[in-house]
Amino acid sequence: MPLSEMPNLVPALPELFLAVAILALLMIGVFLKSDTADNAMRTSRQIWMLSILTLVLTALLVLTVSGERLYTFNGMFVTDQFAVFMKILILGGAGLTLLISRDYLEMNSMGRFEYGILCIFATLGMLMMVSANDLISLYVGLEMQSLSLYVLAAFRRDEQRSTEAGLKYFVLGALASGMLLYGSSLIYGFSGTTNFTVMAEMFAHGGDYAPSLGVIIGIVFILAGLAFKVSAVPFHMWTPDVYEGAPTPVTAFFAVAPKIAGLALFLRVMTGPFGDLVDQWQQIIVFVSIASMVLGAFAAINQTNIKRMMAYSSIGHVGYALIGLAVGTETGVYGVLVYLGIYMFMTVGTFACILCMRRGERMVEDISDLAGLSKSQPLLAMALTIFMFSMAGIPPLAGFFGKFYVFMAAVEAQLYGLAVIGLVTSVVGAFYYLRIIRVVYFDEAGDPFDKAVSRPIAFVVTLSAAIMVFFILYPALLLDPAAAAASALFGG
Amino acid sequence: MITAVVFLPLIAAIIAGIMAFMRHGADEHRSHSIDRLSQWVTCGALLLSAAGSISIFFDVALGGNSYTYELMTWIDSGTFEVSWALKVDSLTAVMLIVVTGVSSMVHIYSIGYMHHDRHVPRFMAYLSLFTFFMLMLITADNLIQMFFGWEGVGLASYLLIGFWYHKPTANAAAIKAFVVNRVGDFGFALGIFCVFVIFQSVDLDTIFAAAPGHANDTLEVFSVEFDALTIACLLLFVGAMGKSAQLGLHTWLPDAMEGPTPVSALIHAATMVTAGVFMVARLSPVFEFSDVALAVVTIVGASTCIFAATIACTQNDIKRVIAYSTCSQLGYMFFACGVSAYSAGIFHLTTHAFFKALLFLGAGAVIHAMSDEQDMRKMGGIWKLIPVTYALMWIGNLALAGIPPFAGFYSKDIVLEAAYAANTGVGTYAFYMGLLAAFLTAFYSWRLLFMTFHGAPRADEKTMAHVHESPMVMIGPLLVLATGAVLAGWVMYDNFVGGSVVQFWGNAILVLENHPALENARYVPTWVKLSPLVVGGVGIVLAYIMYIAKPDLPARMAETFRPIYLMSFNKWYVDELYDKIFVRPAFYLGRQLWKVGDGTLIDGVGPDGIARAVRMLARRVSALQSGYVYHYAFGMMIGVVTLITWYLFTSAG
Repeated sequence: MPLSEMPNLVPALPELFLAVAILALLMIGVFLKSDTADNAMRTSRQIWMLSILTLVLTALLVLTVSGERLYTFNGMFVTDQFAVFMKILILGGAGLTLLISRDYLEMNSMGRFEYGILCIFATLGMLMMVSANDLISLYVGLEMQSLSLYVLAAFRRDEQRSTEAGLKYFVLGALASGMLLYGSSLIYGFSGTTNFTVMAEMFAHGGDYAPSLGVIIGIVFILAGLAFKVSAVPFHMWTPDVYEGAPTPVTAFFAVAPKIAGLALFLRVMTGPFGDLVDQWQQIIVFVSIASMVLGAFAAINQTNIKRMMAYSSIGHVGYALIGLAVGTETGVYGVLVYLGIYMFMTVGTFACILCMRRGERMVEDISDLAGLSKSQPLLAMALTIFMFSMAGIPPLAGFFGKFYVFMAAVEAQLYGLAVIGLVTSVVGAFYYLRIIRVVYFDEAGDPFDKAVSRPIAFVVTLSAAIMVFFILYPALLLDPAAAAASALFGG
Repeated sequence: MITAVVFLPLIAAIIAGIMAFMRHGADEHRSHSIDRLSQWVTCGALLLSAAGSISIFFDVALGGNSYTYELMTWIDSGTFEVSWALKVDSLTAVMLIVVTGVSSMVHIYSIGYMHHDRHVPRFMAYLSLFTFFMLMLITADNLIQMFFGWEGVGLASYLLIGFWYHKPTANAAAIKAFVVNRVGDFGFALGIFCVFVIFQSVDLDTIFAAAPGHANDTLEVFSVEFDALTIACLLLFVGAMGKSAQLGLHTWLPDAMEGPTPVSALIHAATMVTAGVFMVARLSPVFEFSDVALAVVTIVGASTCIFAATIACTQNDIKRVIAYSTCSQLGYMFFACGVSAYSAGIFHLTTHAFFKALLFLGAGAVIHAMSDEQDMRKMGGIWKLIPVTYALMWIGNLALAGIPPFAGFYSKDIVLEAAYAANTGVGTYAFYMGLLAAFLTAFYSWRLLFMTFHGAPRADEKTMAHVHESPMVMIGPLLVLATGAVLAGWVMYDNFVGGSVVQFWGNAILVLENHPALENARYVPTWVKLSPLVVGGVGIVLAYIMYIAKPDLPARMAETFRPIYLMSFNKWYVDELYDKIFVRPAFYLGRQLWKVGDGTLIDGVGPDGIARAVRMLARRVSALQSGYVYHYAFGMMIGVVTLITWYLFTSAG
């Protein structure tokens, strides 16, 4: 291969580094001694630390290659401010969820080194998704992520619930992938290209070029596939079962990084190649958004398992984020980005609290088990209260601003119905968030949880709670990058 | 000076109020010293305030230096501007004397009367607070500020009637007083709005200056034209009727006797209840231009006068007799104002304040002596045991019945003479009603005296053994008030209603040329001048016959004239009537609105209903989550098909 045809690797440097690091970690894991339980645990702990280190280094690389828009690999791979923002969020979410997972894994004899590697492998897939500029690279990244996640969901393979979750996720995920592929092939068939840049130019002709029906149907299929990944209604059905069945750290991981990556892809695809077809897909997104908000709010009310409740909560949150996409303008995307930034910390913090729900070395998952937490562990109770209030969107906590920006975007775009329904469902949603606070503070105390809270979890809880409370003081730390990212997506 | 007079009581009230909180949980010795301190503070402030009032009286009323002292702007909204200002003229100066004088005496008296009470600082704080509001009312230079004071005294009255809040009757009476006053206050508020509509201002001086120009204005109410000033005056008078317990809105006053006796003396005899009279006199430059309103004032006043007097004749509770007497005397004041003899009304107000406060406090001393017994049927034969109180009660009654040279003689006579001299239909009606009431007044006054002090003792031995003269701290204020009851009449006659009337009142009161009742009062026939005295004497004699000479006569008469007796004894069944017409339907309506309207409809459809619907929806939604993969896959397929179909039908079509 002549040197001149060698693709420019600089834009993809973080991904390349991550891929190499994963392979290296895999070698290290295999060659380190795992013959006894003690050794296995030590190995897994070392890999765990190295995985986190790798994520941190990748994040640093992402920041160094930031800047203007760059294409590589024949235009299949793109990097810009938007990608940087999203990648940092994904890496942060993955790193934080990895941080809080160690104790759970070790305590439930899941301390195998593959866990950390699978996590960052999925993360690599997500980074690819964010930078995808072609239907093919989109699909490859998505599948790389999904396959890792299927394994992670079934990671506790000696437990029925976990394997069931993994299997369900795999079967339905395969179906969704099929839809996505089918949609991609339709679009390729009717437009003759898979490249986003070319597509965008083609559809940008506006009035004199009406997209053919096949393209539109292809878009709907792609939409369905992406909606599955972010668990938007009506493609959400796997979420509660998988969230409940998967090991709790995996659930935390599911709730954060893939959601962000999925929404990043959503934004990239809908505003990029199909940006000028906004009239065609807007109503579908509006419908999906409303359905997600409503279902997320109502179905969560009857849940007794806190992980299941968080599943519905995440469905609702996706609904709110989709409001910003439905608006389809730069303000809307800006709202989504702010929302996702806050959502990441909020969710990680909540799951860190859930991981503290241990009684006699065993995890408990019922909401009623939280009774009396305020007496036995007042600090943890306070942190959980902050997260719940934030999720309910009560000012001055950060969660309020997340909702505020997407609702504002909807109002500006005169999508009043969307904003009103969003407000109503957040009132309904407040019911179950506040119920947890009620249980924590006012219900008759049961047996206290195990006191020992490990240092990583304490760190994550404190950090997230502090961000929820103090966001109002320094909002620019999140708002400015989000604004830059949003304008980058619109070719700025 | 005037600011000190007005605000000293407020400061004292705040200090005493803080003490009331400090007393909570303090040990016995400490709480005792807190009690003493609160009494010193409030009494001291009131005495200073009274001294200031006297000096203002000499400066303003006798010296003729009326002024308005602006404190600050209160409301400034568009063309609507209201300021906090203290208007001091002769009328205010007279009221200042009455209010601070009686109030300071009552404060001192309370030291003795409330000796055993556990809430002394709270009581003193309420009394001082009341005084502040009353001063605010009488110094108001605009209607809004007057309304502020008006509502404030209502509040203080409510708090003090219900002072013994552990007594259900006291609570009921407090609520009744508040609610009935609300009716009046509503009228007052409407009156203020009406005045603002007519004059575009609520400032008294502005209104007075503009009143002649608006004499023939009309106002359209329900598409019927009415004389604007008449409407305004009548609405304002409704407020006065409520506060001054005039016929129709009088029912709260007798019940208000549930409060401690010093409260009855201060608020429900001397000051607050006279606020209505004061208001009418203050607004004389407006009322003068509406003959209809003046006629209504006269009729209501005269009717209340006779109505309350008939009830007072048969009541057995010593305080209730005096309460109905108050009601009746307020009627005199009103019909005096109604025939444009405002100064005569204020004159009677002043003298009445002294002798009625004296009577109440005297009654308080009796009650105190009789171990908290208020029923006159269980008294009797105690005049030798408490001679000072007995003598003071005589003075009070002599003044009330209008026997010369006591204060009541001067004021009541001038009121009656003015009514006669008005030479109008309503004036004559008022004169005869007033004359009849004077007869009844003398009768029930001496009935009270005889039943309370004379005859065979009807109380049990333990009570009788305990009967004792009140301490000096209670007798002292009585002596001061008795001095007023004796002297106030002839000292002030000349200034208030006599030859110096015009220069004394200055601009404070306006009487038009065509309302010369007071002017002509001097020239009424001699029989008119003498008749009040004669009927008074007859009343006393009748009381003597019935309760001393032939003690079995009252029972026989009650038997013979049973319907009339029952009518009077049951207060003309007004309370029962109101209960049927207003209270029960209101309760019924309230219960219906609560149970059916709020409980079933609003809660059922609103909060409860929505919550139920949400829960049901939540159950339905959860039921969709079956756990079977093929259900989920099916759901996804349906979703895609739906979206595509929907798209095909809406966009592509």
